[in-house]
Amino acid sequence: MREAPVDLVQFLGLVADAVPSAIRLTVPLLFAALAGLFSERSGIFDIGLEGKILASAFAAAAIAHVSGSPWAGLAVGIVVSVTLALVHGFASITHRGNQIVSGVAINFIASGLTATLAIAWFQRGPQTPQLPAAARFGAIHLPGAEALRDVPVAGWLYADVLSGHNALTYLAFLAVPATWWIVYRTRFGLRLRAVGENPAAVDTAGISVTWLRYRALICAGVLCGFSGAYLSIAQSSSFVKDMSAGKGYIALAALIFAKWKPVPVMAACLLFGFLDAMAIRLQGTPLPLVGRVPVQVFQALPYILTVVLLAGFIGKAIPPKAGGVPYTKER
Amino acid sequence: MSAPAGRLPPFADYVVMPLLNLVVAFLISGLVVLFIGESPWEAMTTMLDGALGRGEGIGYTLYYATNFIFTGLSVAVAFHCGLFNIGSEGQAYVGGLGVALVALALGDVAPWYLTAPVAILGAATFGAAWAAIPAWLQAKRGSHVVITTIMFNFIASALMVYLLANVLRPAGRMSPETRTFAEGGTLPKLGWLLDWFGLSIGAAPFNVSFLFAIAACVAVWALIWRTRLGYEIRATGISPTAAVYAGIPYVKLVMIAMLISGALAGMTALNIVMGNANRLQVEFVGGAGFVGIAVSLMGRSHPVGIVLAALLFGVLYQGGAELAFWIPTISRDMIVVIQGLVILFAGALEFMFRPALVRLFTRSARPARPAAA
Amino acid sequence: MTSAAAPAIELVGIDKRFGAVHANRDIHLSVERGSIHGIIGENGAGKSTLMSILYGFYQADAGDILIGGRKVAIVDSQAAIAAGIGMVHQHFMLVENFTVLENVMLGAEGGAVLAKGEAAARAELKRLEADYALEVDPDAVVEDLPVGLQQRVEILKALFRGADILILDEPTGVLTPAEADHLFRILRVLKAQGKTVILITHKLREIMAITDAVSVMRRGEMVATRRTAQTTVEELAELMVGRRVLLRVDKKPAVPGDVALSVRSLVVKDGRGVTMVDDVSFDVAAGEIVGIAGVAGNGQSELLEALAGIRRAASGEVFLSGEPIGVCGTADPAMLRRRRLAHVPEDRHHMGLILPFEENENAILGYHDDPRLARGPFLSLDAVRADAREKIEKYDIRPPDCRLRTANFSGGNQQKIVVAREIERDPDVLLVGQPTRGVDIGAIEFIHRRIVDMRDAGKAVLLVSVELDEIRALSDRVLVMFAGRIVGEASPAASERTLGLMMAGIAAEETAP
Repeated sequence: MREAPVDLVQFLGLVADAVPSAIRLTVPLLFAALAGLFSERSGIFDIGLEGKILASAFAAAAIAHVSGSPWAGLAVGIVVSVTLALVHGFASITHRGNQIVSGVAINFIASGLTATLAIAWFQRGPQTPQLPAAARFGAIHLPGAEALRDVPVAGWLYADVLSGHNALTYLAFLAVPATWWIVYRTRFGLRLRAVGENPAAVDTAGISVTWLRYRALICAGVLCGFSGAYLSIAQSSSFVKDMSAGKGYIALAALIFAKWKPVPVMAACLLFGFLDAMAIRLQGTPLPLVGRVPVQVFQALPYILTVVLLAGFIGKAIPPKAGGVPYTKER
Repeated sequence: MSAPAGRLPPFADYVVMPLLNLVVAFLISGLVVLFIGESPWEAMTTMLDGALGRGEGIGYTLYYATNFIFTGLSVAVAFHCGLFNIGSEGQAYVGGLGVALVALALGDVAPWYLTAPVAILGAATFGAAWAAIPAWLQAKRGSHVVITTIMFNFIASALMVYLLANVLRPAGRMSPETRTFAEGGTLPKLGWLLDWFGLSIGAAPFNVSFLFAIAACVAVWALIWRTRLGYEIRATGISPTAAVYAGIPYVKLVMIAMLISGALAGMTALNIVMGNANRLQVEFVGGAGFVGIAVSLMGRSHPVGIVLAALLFGVLYQGGAELAFWIPTISRDMIVVIQGLVILFAGALEFMFRPALVRLFTRSARPARPAAA
Repeated sequence: MTSAAAPAIELVGIDKRFGAVHANRDIHLSVERGSIHGIIGENGAGKSTLMSILYGFYQADAGDILIGGRKVAIVDSQAAIAAGIGMVHQHFMLVENFTVLENVMLGAEGGAVLAKGEAAARAELKRLEADYALEVDPDAVVEDLPVGLQQRVEILKALFRGADILILDEPTGVLTPAEADHLFRILRVLKAQGKTVILITHKLREIMAITDAVSVMRRGEMVATRRTAQTTVEELAELMVGRRVLLRVDKKPAVPGDVALSVRSLVVKDGRGVTMVDDVSFDVAAGEIVGIAGVAGNGQSELLEALAGIRRAASGEVFLSGEPIGVCGTADPAMLRRRRLAHVPEDRHHMGLILPFEENENAILGYHDDPRLARGPFLSLDAVRADAREKIEKYDIRPPDCRLRTANFSGGNQQKIVVAREIERDPDVLLVGQPTRGVDIGAIEFIHRRIVDMRDAGKAVLLVSVELDEIRALSDRVLVMFAGRIVGEASPAASERTLGLMMAGIAAEETAP
């Protein structure tokens, strides 16, 4: 590696190089953050995003290995994630238990169960076998991408930034306007937002608070299913123990930072993704003033950034008013 | 947590319900074992035999239990102040740094009974320091302590790897760890205690930290239920509004509770670093911080309950190691599953069986109540 | 079609228990169509339970509900709405950050996609507003609206769903007398349009003003029904309580001494920066009770909190016996207690008590630093429990068990625990907020007596209450607060009308001190 610190031109080059990578790193965060949006908007804290992602990642990889189809893997991953979401709902909605405790429990259960089942079923340590390309989500090249690549700026945008991602990546970004439309333009969305602010108002309007919140959790489960499946059968080619590495929590931080709104959520996740991509590229490269930064700093960077965001120095966030409080009828 | 209507005698509340929750957690785990094609009965007997069948096993069980007592106390103290400290894992890890620095500095020149008190201070200080920032952020900025402490766990991992690989590693060594401590930097075993019961400790690392842990239990009990500070901690935990009304400074209390919590977590490192490994290694905590959450919930944040729950998980850990040896398909990750199930049933679903228990106990109680219309 | 003579609602033998509490005993009630029917009773008489049954929140253990002569099973809110029942709750069921239109549409959106039903909803809303004089901007955000307008939204919600029967639960608790008058005008319009209105209240004056008939509930039973024109306030009060009610507290005239509490130009803002206390100045002398009258939400709560050191003031000064208390920065409840200021807070459930604690633990809340209770760093349980037992005996707190969880005491006894705690410390200044909210009559008399005793012992008492009767019964001087300002001072003997006008911010008869 060169000893002189990077200069501006080299830095910009790294940035441009990082953009497509940033998009790919954003995807699991984006799915997870949107999942959290549904559940938190309905008034249920979901610390268990991490566990759902992990469980889905395992299920998707396992099924993709057995069936050879990434779509089958995705489907089962979603089912598993929704199941965990329903467990969370059972504990926090039906039994009005502490939502944080329930979420933490689910994370442990998922962590232990995925590793246990991986060892028991595949006998090669806590991971699933490597998947062949056919069993994974491969890159989709948009028509004319190669031809247009050399066009300045626009070509780079089309060929490198927009084209060449896998199906789940495109779905992730489509999920943003879809989420926006559901939350702000449908009856379900109106009721969802209402139940997170004043569940009594929803109850007295003759709407079932319980069923509404369960539906929100199911939406969250589906989205987490996408996130986990992406990790194991799109971004990588197998499941590895604890591969979610805290992404569920980072997604929560992005959600809070974005004040629970779909488009800012996308921006926040892109920020994390971009920083992650830059970190990979800057590792080992001397930076101006500080010189070579230890690799552990880059590893810790997303977590440090999460803390900084939560410290609220960049704007104070007001959560849904009924968040975290189980609903009981007044006596 | 919600408190539904219906009165239960204290015995039912504090013994029957936790036991019931535990049994259900085990039943479900048994189903998982069946699911992967093994016999739950065989698994259980192997575990129990490995944990309690002979002196060495019991020694290991008590060694693990010591860890869980410290982390359980740590989580419990924070719980009493209304805070969910998930960061005991990272706080224990950084506490190890404090222990190691003391052991390295004093181990060559002082006997263990002079090094140990200083090491306790070191562990407590470093552990508390690692809890300080999340504590301050919660108290002053309202940042959710659950997420910040989890983040600090990850940050601790990165920090400690850096220190162990680059700063503390002796020159010429390959693995990222400190040099081995001299005799004065290690804690003696409690073999003699087991000898009293006619058991032989064998290779188990059961050491005097266990006695420190019991002392910590007494201290925590006295603190929470017999001191003014404990009164303030409990008041703040149940009702911050009432605490403000009563002139109890919220920020100060949150900081104190979290610092004590971090300190207790840090002391876990004594048992592992000074009592067993005799050097500081990467990821030595091995999940004990998270077990502390299960232990505290099961033990209802009371030292007596915590000791019992810690012993149970000690059995699970030691038994789990044996199990992984004899039945390789059931790895130690199974213990994490049980841990999660215990947290689920003892924490979030703790009142699931309450209506049934209320019916059971009111039926068998004296029929002194006039019949309802 | 239902017969014109059939009552709009008839309740036959409604019975409901909650464990040992018999909330509704064999209730019979008949409400004539197109009338305004009042239901009165004290707190805890069972009115709310009855209405919750009507609205489907609870199911009665026995009895029938007949709507227009036909038996109807109301199993949930949807069934109630389908039966034509609409409810305006005491605490509004509105989503604060939604617009008026969104709140009205919630539950009756007219389709899975909002755009479809929105135009129709707008048109219908406009029609309702015109028909019933309930003008409100459909795109206004609810939390920006004044309380009176928010209530209109609640009524519109019910009408939007086709309610024929409207139940209003304590509707004027948060309204000024002028807003209450406007509400009554609306009720008359509703009546003229053929709607039936059930008005639940404990304010006898309202019953006399607006209702055609009134039913009285007491301890879970429906004890009487009268035509309003044929009864009097006194008769209703007696029916409500079951015995002759003293509307006054026996007390000697006050002998005020030196000024004990002095407030100068106090300004207090709430969490959002809205000014809640606007340049308030007054004195309270030793040996007098100063009552602050006003409708809830005009700054009284914030004033109390600032004086008690719970909320930081924006500017101004407060003096205790001549010494400043640092109300803008350094005041805190612990320090103020040391300076002999005690505070019975408005909200005993969340502030005055820690309900899961044992009774003896609550008896020292705020005074747990007392050296007499300590043994080194430890709390002496013996001293704490002895202290609690003393107070239990003196204040007749039942059950007399200092180890019992405070949540298991009744409202009146809980309040006695708070009052005993604050008064027995022998403060020089006592701040009291809503001392008898949710408290039964026996405890009310006891607590009123203690407050007057404090005054007779030469202490200064500042009383804040939304119950005008309580203010007039206890105070030696009455200050009226409106929109954060003291708009007038009056004698407790001043007429209801005078005080009511001041509470509405209209025509200050005397300038603020």
